This record gives sequence, C-alpha cells and structure tokens, in this order.
Amino acid sequence: MRFSIFRYDPDKDQKPYMQDYELEGLSADTMVLEAITKIKVMDETLSFRRSCGEGVCGSDGMNINGSNRLACITPISELKKPIVIRPLPGMPVIKDLIVDLSQFFHQYRSVKPYLITHDPEPEIERLQSPEERDRLDGLYECILCACCSTSCPSFWWNPDKFRGPAALLQASRFIEDSRDQATAERLSELDGPYRLFRCHTIMNCTNVCPKHLNPSKAISDIKKQLVKHII
Amino acid sequence: MGVTNYATFGVLMNIRRRKFDSLVIGAGGGGLRAALQLAQADANVAVVSKVFPTRSHTVAAQGGINAALANVLPDNWHWHMYDTIKGSDYLADQDAVEYMCRTASKLVYELEHAGVPFSRLENGKIYQRPFGGQSQDFGGAQAARTCAAADRTGHVLLHTLYQQNIHAKTHFFDEYFAIDLIKDDDGFILGAVVLEIETGEPMIIEAKTTLLATGGVGRIYRTNTNARINTGDGMGMALRAGIPLQDMEFFQFHPTGIAGKGMLITEGSRGEGGYLLNKHGERFMEKYAPNAKDLASRDVVSRAIFTEVKEGRGVGENGDHVLLKLDHLGADVVKKRLPGIRDMCLTFLGIDPIDTPIPIYPTAHYTMGGIPTNRHGQVVVPIRHSAEETIPGLYAAGECACVSVHGANRLGGNSLLDIVVFGRAAGNHIIDFLKDHRYHRPINEASIEHALARLSRWDQKGDGESVDGLRSELQKEMEDHCGVYRTQDILDEGVKKIQAIQKRLPDVRLTDHSKVFNTARIEALELENLVEVALATVHSAAARHESRGAHSRVDFPDRDDKNWLKHTLYYAQEQRLDYKPVRMQPLTVESFPPKERVY
Ligand SMILES: Cc1cc2nc3c(=O)[nH]c(=O)nc-3n(C[C@H](O)[C@H](O)[C@H](O)COP(=O)(O)OP(=O)(O)OC[C@H]3O[C@@H](n4cnc5c(N)ncnc54)[C@H](O)[C@@H]3O)c2cc1C
Ligand code: SF4
Ligand code: SF4
Ligand code: FES
Repeated sequence: MRFSIFRYDPDKDQKPYMQDYELEGLSADTMVLEAITKIKVMDETLSFRRSCGEGVCGSDGMNINGSNRLACITPISELKKPIVIRPLPGMPVIKDLIVDLSQFFHQYRSVKPYLITHDPEPEIERLQSPEERDRLDGLYECILCACCSTSCPSFWWNPDKFRGPAALLQASRFIEDSRDQATAERLSELDGPYRLFRCHTIMNCTNVCPKHLNPSKAISDIKKQLVKHII
Repeated sequence: MGVTNYATFGVLMNIRRRKFDSLVIGAGGGGLRAALQLAQADANVAVVSKVFPTRSHTVAAQGGINAALANVLPDNWHWHMYDTIKGSDYLADQDAVEYMCRTASKLVYELEHAGVPFSRLENGKIYQRPFGGQSQDFGGAQAARTCAAADRTGHVLLHTLYQQNIHAKTHFFDEYFAIDLIKDDDGFILGAVVLEIETGEPMIIEAKTTLLATGGVGRIYRTNTNARINTGDGMGMALRAGIPLQDMEFFQFHPTGIAGKGMLITEGSRGEGGYLLNKHGERFMEKYAPNAKDLASRDVVSRAIFTEVKEGRGVGENGDHVLLKLDHLGADVVKKRLPGIRDMCLTFLGIDPIDTPIPIYPTAHYTMGGIPTNRHGQVVVPIRHSAEETIPGLYAAGECACVSVHGANRLGGNSLLDIVVFGRAAGNHIIDFLKDHRYHRPINEASIEHALARLSRWDQKGDGESVDGLRSELQKEMEDHCGVYRTQDILDEGVKKIQAIQKRLPDVRLTDHSKVFNTARIEALELENLVEVALATVHSAAARHESRGAHSRVDFPDRDDKNWLKHTLYYAQEQRLDYKPVRMQPLTVESFPPKERVY
C-alpha cells in the first residue's frame, strides 16, 4: 500500500516535497496513525504529533486525501489509494506534518474561554437544570484539533482577524452556559466586520469536525443572539 | 566538530536561561491545578509540558471523580475514606487518605465553580454514578460517589483547568521536554534543564521550587490504556537525582480494556448497570464477589476475568476475552451517559454497544507507585534521621507521585481526585516555602552538564539498535514477566531480561540527528526513562513475597501483614531496595486496621 507524505525540514530542504512509502500487510482496521508510526520505524526522520491514539487529545489533525482528519481514528480501509497525507492547510509548517498553531490558539484565548461570574460563589455547586446543561452538548466536547479552522477559507485569509470556527464554537459554549454572566461582553466583543462576520457559512468546518460538532451552527446561533442583543 | 557536544564551556555560557519563582513540569490535571493555586497567589510560575496542555493524558479520563456529595445516595467522607483504605489493601497512608476524602467535596464544588460542565440531576445538582469499591456505612450497600460529565470527565476537568490558567496568566512553555533536574551539593533542587522541541535548543529554567507532575508510565507494557506520551519521565528524573521510587510493584490492570487493542471502557459502564459475561453467558462476577459483583475492586475483577479465560470460559475463536454487556441499558442511557465509549466502539470495533456486547480483557492502566511524597506534595526520602525527610525545593503530585492514597490498588474515580487535591496542596505548600526562601540559590553548573551530556549522547552516529526495537522488546518482556499473576521464577527472569535491555541502551543509535522538532530524539529520551522505571517495577515485584492489591503472587497467595505491611523504596543506584512503614494513623479519626478484604 502506498503512502505519499509531505516532507519538509527547514534546516535541510529548500522547499517541501512529497515522499512515497510502501507498507505491506496492513490489516483492514489499521488506522492512519498506526500506519505512519510504522513508516517512522523505517524512516525516523518523519515527524508528526500524536498522543492519545483514540481521538480525544486533538494532537494528530492532518490533511488526509484532501480532508482534515485525526490520523488515529481514520481507518485506511476508508481511503482511496495511494493515501496522500499533508499538514493541516493554511498554517506555517514547522516540519513535515507539524504546523505552527500559534494563531489558532491565540484566537482561542481571545474569546476568553473561561467561565465568568460576578455573583459570590455558593457553598455547594451552582444549580443547573439538565435542560440548561443539554445546551452545552455539541459545544463542550471540542478537542482543539484545529481541523475545522484550518479548513475554513475565511480563516486562511484572515487568521489574525477572523476568530475561526473553533474559537467561535468556544465562545458559544460560554454564551450558552446558564452559569456564565458575561454574555453581553462576549457578544459585543464579537461584533464588527471580522471576528464573527467573516464566516460565510461555507460549512467546511462542520463537515470535517472529527467529533461531529457543528461550529457553523454555533456561529449562526451567536449571530442570532447578537441581533437580539442589539435590539 | 561533527558531534555537537553541548557539555562544553561555550555552550554552558550561551545556553538560554530563564528564572521563575516556581516551575511546574507537566500540564495534566495535577500540574495545572498546582499552577492555578500559585498563579492566583501571584507567584511567578512557569509550566513546562512536552505536549500542548490539553493533549495531556488527563484528557482521556472517562468515568468521573469521587466526592461524597450525597447527591444521589447517602454518603459521607468517612465512608469514602474507609473504601479507599480497604481498596488499597491497607497499604495507603491513612493521614493522606483522610485529607483527600475530607477535601474532596470542596474541590469538586470548586471545579464546578471554575466552569466544569458536569452532567446534572433533575434538581440541578451534579450527577453522580456508582463506581467499583464504593459503599455506604463502611462496607454496606453500594454508594454513588463518582461525579461525572457524561464519560468525558477528564476532558472537561483538563480543559477547565487550562482555561482558568489562561485567565490567571500562567506562563506556559508548550512543547518543551524536561530532561533532568538541577541539584546542588546541599541537596536543593534548583530547577530543570529542558529542551525546546521546536528548535532543538536546550534551556535552563531556574526556580526556587520544582513540582513534578509528569503522569504515569503505562507505556512499559505492550497493551495499555495510556497515551503514547506516558513514559514516566518525572520518575526517571527522580531516580537519576538519587531519589527512590515507592511501591512500584503495584501496577493496576483495568478489567475492561478493548480486547487486543487496549483502549479503555470506563468502569462507569458497569456503574450504569453493565455486567460481564463468559462464553456460557454466565454473569461470572457473582462467583468472585457475591455482594459487589461487577463493581468489586479493579484488582478483583481483573483476576476474575483472567481466571475465566485461563480455565477455558473465554469468548471468541481463541477464547481469549470476555464480554461486557450494555445492550440491556437502552439506547438513551448509552447515548446520554456513555457517548464517548460508544464512539470508541464504533470506531475501533465497528460495533454499537447499544445492541452488541463489547469484547474486553484486562489492560495495563495505572501506576499506583511513584515519587514518594507527604500530603503537602513535598518529596520525602530517608536521608539521615527519619524515613521521610524532605528534599528542599522538590515537590511531586498526580500519577507520578506516591502520597500514598492508592496503596496496592486504586479505586476508580480516585485519581482525578488525587491530582486536584494534591496539586492544590502542593501549590499551597510552595507558597509558604517561597515566603521563607526569597532568593534563588546559585546554580550548579556540574548538574547542568550531566543533563546536557544525556542529550548530546543521542548525537552519536553509526550503527546500533533502534529505539523502537528496544522499546518493543521492553514492553513485551514486562507483559510476559510482570503481569496480572506473578511467580518468583518469572519475576527473577524478568529482572534479568530488563537488566539486559538496560545494558544495551548505550548501543542504541538514532538515524535522525536533525534539530527542528526531532520527535525521534524525544522518543529516545523517553526510552531511557521507560527502562529505568521498568527496572524499578520488576525489582520491587520480585522482592515482595505476598499478594496484596494489584500484586498477585501465585506462590504467595495471601496478604502477609506481619512482614509486608510496608512501603517499598527502589533506588536506581545499585538497584537497591529499602522499606518504610505505612502511616496507619489518620489525622483525626481512628485508624482502620487491616481486615480480610471481601467484596
Ligand atoms: C483511559 C483512562 C481513563 C481514566 N479514567 C479515569 C477516571 O474516570 N477517573 C479517575 O479518577 N482517573 C481516571 N484515570 C486516571 C487519571 O486520568 C490519571 O491518573 C490522571 O489524569 C493523571 O494526571 P496527571 O496530572 O498526574 O498526569 P497527566 O495528565 O498524564 O499529565 C502529565 C503531564 O506531564 C507532561 N510531561 C511528562 N513528561 C514530561 C517531560 N519530560 N517534559 C515536559 N513535560 C512532561 C505531559 O506533557 C503532561 O502535560 C484514567 C486513566 C486513563 C488512562
Ligand atoms: S461555516 Fe464559517 S467558519 Fe465554517 S468553514 Fe465556513 S466560513 Fe469558515
Ligand atoms: S470544533 Fe471540531 S474540528 Fe474544530 S477544533 Fe473542535 S474538535 Fe476540532
Ligand atoms: S492522537 Fe489524540 S486525537 Fe489522535
């Protein structure tokens, strides 16, 4: 089975190139992460990030056959051959499949991704009904893998100004939280032509999210809230 | 000069140096909880992590965190304390357990206030589920003590703590690998030598206190539930600094790993009403633990599965696993309470637990042993006057530490609790230490040279064994010689095998000598730690002639309190063992004396 993998070592290579590797005897349930780990045994210089191996840590987002996926939960059996693997698009490449995610995390930090409250804390837990808690489902599970933001054309063109789907999903997670008391600040922070409104509902983000979350819907929910808030 | 020799004068002069009040190595739940305590007290704190913080292994924890909130069934911290000590097979230190169980509710409320999206009950309180080894009234009816956010409790805990640290402006060094501690001749720890993974450049972080929170070491075994980064680096660093590791023979095998693959299926699935079946469709746990059944302690359930398979009642073509049945719970419960493990089964097995039982087998999971500390997180070792003298400036918390609250067997849901309780306690103690130690001590250059030599050794070129080859062998030998059931012959052979692997380490060579994001070099440094910790584990296991908790000896089937109610200490230098007494005296309540342990 052939794998064609993006290679680049800034100390050595003038420019990136694709390198082919052959692997034999892979069972059908092999995941891409296992396959490239086997390749790394043959060629130690191949670099990529990985940690949990089960789709929960968000380390190994990469572009596999043209779409952004987590290598550890993408079975090779689903993929057309040769399997073409590139780094997440639109981000500066550090080496091989490893990209610089500083912008991505900067945007994440910019939405103040933490609960803000003003009331004194009760001695026990704050109460939240199961229905209120349900509103966080589909938002809190994000693993910050960056598959969505790096598939979003608006984020490619304005990574410094447009917050991008992952950060906006986080913004929504706190706006929707019945315990959070900074909704108005959060909404007004997102107003303006870029931070939120650069999203043109192209839906790439939702199509690629490996956790089946829906950033696009989160974004339109924020837009609706913002309209209500202004009125 | 073909080979970069960092350990030269020029490099020492030019190496980057940073100074902080406090250094935290590790950004899992333990490290982040400590950092938060420090940052909120305005200490100048740096957190170093070899992966971006939310990639830390805490993210994978599923089932929940224990605290006697009594939201579902009657409960109190004293019952929790009893269960923890019984679960530990009486090897836990009772002062530390009392402290942990007393503090638990407060800390879970704190996590809720910080934003953790716990699942909720109808009355708006935090959802709690039953977990193994939990009882009401000191061994009575099943308790429901595990606070959960669906089956993603570790994820929400880690993300929330990271978010709060962003808020508190903690200084993060993401993707920096800690190589070794810096130590002076008076025994003070002065910080660490770290490697910036992206540039391949070493750096010195000077600090008045250093906290190790580097997590567990499941990667010494071939089949395990751990992330690839769980390589026991902090334990290796401690051993190289002359500090012993405690109780390393106690390694927890989780009863329900996905057979042959190792991913974890949370105990919460049995807490929600799932149970185990052998090939005859028998609910075999009724035989082994008539009262608690499938919610007996983990060591008990793992041994039961092992026995069922060994005696020919295993399921599948090779009869090599058993089944975890959830299909009677209904689609709603599975989707609402166990969505993560359902995903995992769909992805890795192509089955839906809503209608198909899951093939499972015990899997290496949790390191009960670790760096010895007291309940303030201070690292303690026998030096001159007592068995527990502190190493000034050095702290440890989380899975890399051994307080010990888990003794010979950890209860599910107690580790997430351990990391926040003792992460915070360490933070508090560090704040006090900083008041008495206002200035940095002069740095010890010799100790830096040692660490840099360890790094430059991997620049050697030429033929040699590969990192992957030796690591695979290590994992296989550990699985074969230090598994669920143990005997003297097999353990002795294991010691020899791992010693032989250690001897071959100097012959391992890298073929990748590049600087930028060289992950092969990181794996090599990790392998050195794995070997050290594996040796600690087999040595400690071979010496303990009794069965206690997770350490089950076929040749010594009984617990022997007369000779073995004591903690093991293993020193890398001379591969020597020592022992120290268990702290049987709690803080305020009466001691729980050892009793026969039945579930
Ligand atoms: C699959 C799974 C499920 C679990 N479920 C539960 C549960 O439901 N309830 C429960 O109580 N417990 C559970 N546990 C156990 C619990 O999750 C862990 O014991 C706990 O999260 C460990 O936290 P920690 O902070 O000590 O370490 P970790 O979260 O492992 O963090 C270690 C940190 O150290 C850093 N680090 C390590 N080495 C270096 C180095 N050399 N240089 C720089 N940084 C380094 C890493 O980058 C990381 O940030 C589970 C464990 C597993 C494996
Ligand atoms: S829907 Fe919006 S955020 Fe998502 S990919 Fe399209 S433009 Fe980007
Ligand atoms: S929303 Fe989905 S794709 Fe985007 S970062 Fe989160 S988990 Fe990844
Ligand atoms: S390695 Fe953690 S998500 Fe793939």
